[in-house]
Amino acid sequence: MSSNEVTMPRPDAAALLSAGVRAEIDTWVAKYPPEWKRSACMAALRIAQEGNGGWLTTELMDAVAAYLEMPPMDVYEVASFYSMYELKPVGRHKICVCTNISCLINGSERVVEHLEKRLGVGLGETTADGRYTLKEVECLGAVLREPDPRADRRDPGRAGVAPWRTKSASA
Amino acid sequence: MANEVCFRLMHLPEPWRLAAYQSEGGYEALRKVLGGGMPQDQVIEEVKKSGLRGRGGAGFPTGVKWGFINRTAPGPRYLVCNSDEGEPGTCKDRDILRFNPHALIEGMVIAGYAIGAVAGYNYIRGEFWEPYERFEAALAEAREAGFLGKDILGSGLDFDIHTHLGAGAYICGEETALLNSIEGRKGQPRYKPPFPAQFGLYGRPTIINNTESLASVPEIIRRGGDWFREIGVANSGGPKLFSVSGNVARPGNYEVPLGTPFATLLEMAGGVRGGRKLKAVIPGGSSAPVIPGDVMMDLTMDYDAIAKAGSMLGSGAVIVMDDTNCMVRVLDRVSYFYYEESCGQCTPCREGTGWMHRVIHRIETGKGRPEDLDLLDDVAAKIQGRTICALGDAAAMPVASFVRHFRDEFAYHIEHRRCLVGG
Repeated sequence: MSSNEVTMPRPDAAALLSAGVRAEIDTWVAKYPPEWKRSACMAALRIAQEGNGGWLTTELMDAVAAYLEMPPMDVYEVASFYSMYELKPVGRHKICVCTNISCLINGSERVVEHLEKRLGVGLGETTADGRYTLKEVECLGAVLREPDPRADRRDPGRAGVAPWRTKSASA
Repeated sequence: MANEVCFRLMHLPEPWRLAAYQSEGGYEALRKVLGGGMPQDQVIEEVKKSGLRGRGGAGFPTGVKWGFINRTAPGPRYLVCNSDEGEPGTCKDRDILRFNPHALIEGMVIAGYAIGAVAGYNYIRGEFWEPYERFEAALAEAREAGFLGKDILGSGLDFDIHTHLGAGAYICGEETALLNSIEGRKGQPRYKPPFPAQFGLYGRPTIINNTESLASVPEIIRRGGDWFREIGVANSGGPKLFSVSGNVARPGNYEVPLGTPFATLLEMAGGVRGGRKLKAVIPGGSSAPVIPGDVMMDLTMDYDAIAKAGSMLGSGAVIVMDDTNCMVRVLDRVSYFYYEESCGQCTPCREGTGWMHRVIHRIETGKGRPEDLDLLDDVAAKIQGRTICALGDAAAMPVASFVRHFRDEFAYHIEHRRCLVGG
C-alpha cells in the first residue's frame, strides 16, 4: 500500500452529501452523546445509500467518515459487515426472499424459482433493465404465512421484504 | 386464558394509538411509580417477584438483572431494548412494536427509572421498517402527552427513548454485539466479563432487555408481581408469546400462560396442516435443539419442561414440521444460516460453521460419506463452549440434535444418495 492512501485528504463531505442527506443524518447524530457521533454511522450509510440509487460508493463512505469524524476504515467495516448495505449497483427495486427454515418448510424454493423465471435473473442478480435485484435473505421475522416476497420498504405482511430502496423508485 | 399482557389490546381497532392504550389502563403503572408510590428498589422487587425471565432467549430473571446496576456510581447509565428480532422463526417483538408500542415505551420508562438511566435506546432490526415507523409515532405521542422527555408527569424524572436501526446482522441480537453496533461498529460480541451492567454502552453501566420483557413490565407494576407470576407455573412466571410457524393451519403469535401444554398451543395454531403426522418441533427458534414430535406432544411450554426434554424455550419460536419434511434438507438450510451469520471473530465458529454446512450439504446432495455423521458430531462438539458468544453453541446444537434424533434419516441419505422422505 502506498503511503498516500492513508494520508490522502478526505473528500469534501459537504460536496458529496446533499443538504437534505446531511439534515437527515443530523437527526440521528442528535440521538447520541455529543462525543459519539459515530453512533450515527449506520443511519448515515443507509441515508447516503438511499440517496444514491440504493448503493454505496467508496467516495460516499469516505464522505460519511468525514462528516462523522471517523476513520474511513471504520466506515468500510460497518458497510461491509451488515447485509443491507450494497457495495455494488442494484436495481431500482430490491426483492428479498427469505428461504430460512419456516419459509423453506412452506415452499420458499418455489417462490425463488418463480421469481427467477419471471425476472430472468438468479439470486443476487439484477434485471437487464436495471429495475429489479433479486436477493436471498435470512429470517425476516414474519413467518406467519406462506412465503411471499415483498418489495422495497413495505414490511413483510407475510414473509420476504426488501427494505431500503431509493425514494424515487416506482415500478 | 390468552392475550393477557403484551397482546391484551388486540381486540381494539387501532391498539397502537395512545388513546387505545390509555383506555385500558395504559400509563397507570407509570403514574403509580412516579407518583411517589414506588421507590426504585421496590420496582425492582416487584419485577423479581413476578418471575419474569428474559423473553429474548436466555431466560435470565429480569428483576435480578436490574439489581446488578450500581446506582450510586457516578456518571450516566443506559437502558437498551433489544428489538433485533432475528432468531429464525420468531416474529413476536415485531407484533409488539406494531400493535402495542406504548406498553414497550411505558416499560422502558419504568425500567429506566428503576436503574437510574439517563436515556434508553431501542435497537430495531433494519428490516422492520413498518414497526420502526409505528414505534416512532408512539414515541411522539408519548412525548406530547408528557410520558417521555423532561420532567415526566411532573416528577422531575428526565428520560427519553431513541430508536437505533440495525442493518441486517443476526449477531446483533447478542447483547454486546448490539452495544458495539449502537457505537457505530461492526456487530461483533465482546468478551464477558465485564458484563454490560458494569461496562456497557459507551463503557457505561447498561441494562439490556428484550422487547417482550420490557413490554410486560407495565402490567407487572399495575396488577402486581404475584398476579403475573401466578399466570405461569413454577420457575416460569407469566404468559409468553409463541410464534408458531411451519406446517400448521393457522401460523401466528399466541400469548398463552407458561406451562400451557404444547398440544393446546398446536391446537390454537390449527393443528398440523392437512391432518398430517407431526414429525418434529423446534420449540425455541432455530438455535434450540429439535425435539421429535411424539416427545413434544407430552410437553408443556415452560422453561423447565423444555429444558428437561433437552432443548430450550429460547425466543418462543415454535417451528412445526410434519412428516413430509426431510430433516437433512432442513438442517442443510439451518446450518447455512449460522455459517452466513457467524461474525468471524472466533475461529471455531467461523471455520466450524462452514465445515458443518459443507458436510451437511454434501449429504443432502447425495455426496455424503459414511464417516460424515461422526464428523458432524465431532465438529459440533468442538465449537460448543469454545466461542466468545452463544452463536457457536446456537450453530452446534441444531446439528447435534438433528443427527442424534434423526440419525437413520441421515444414514439413509448417505447410503442411498437420496431422501428417505417421499421415496
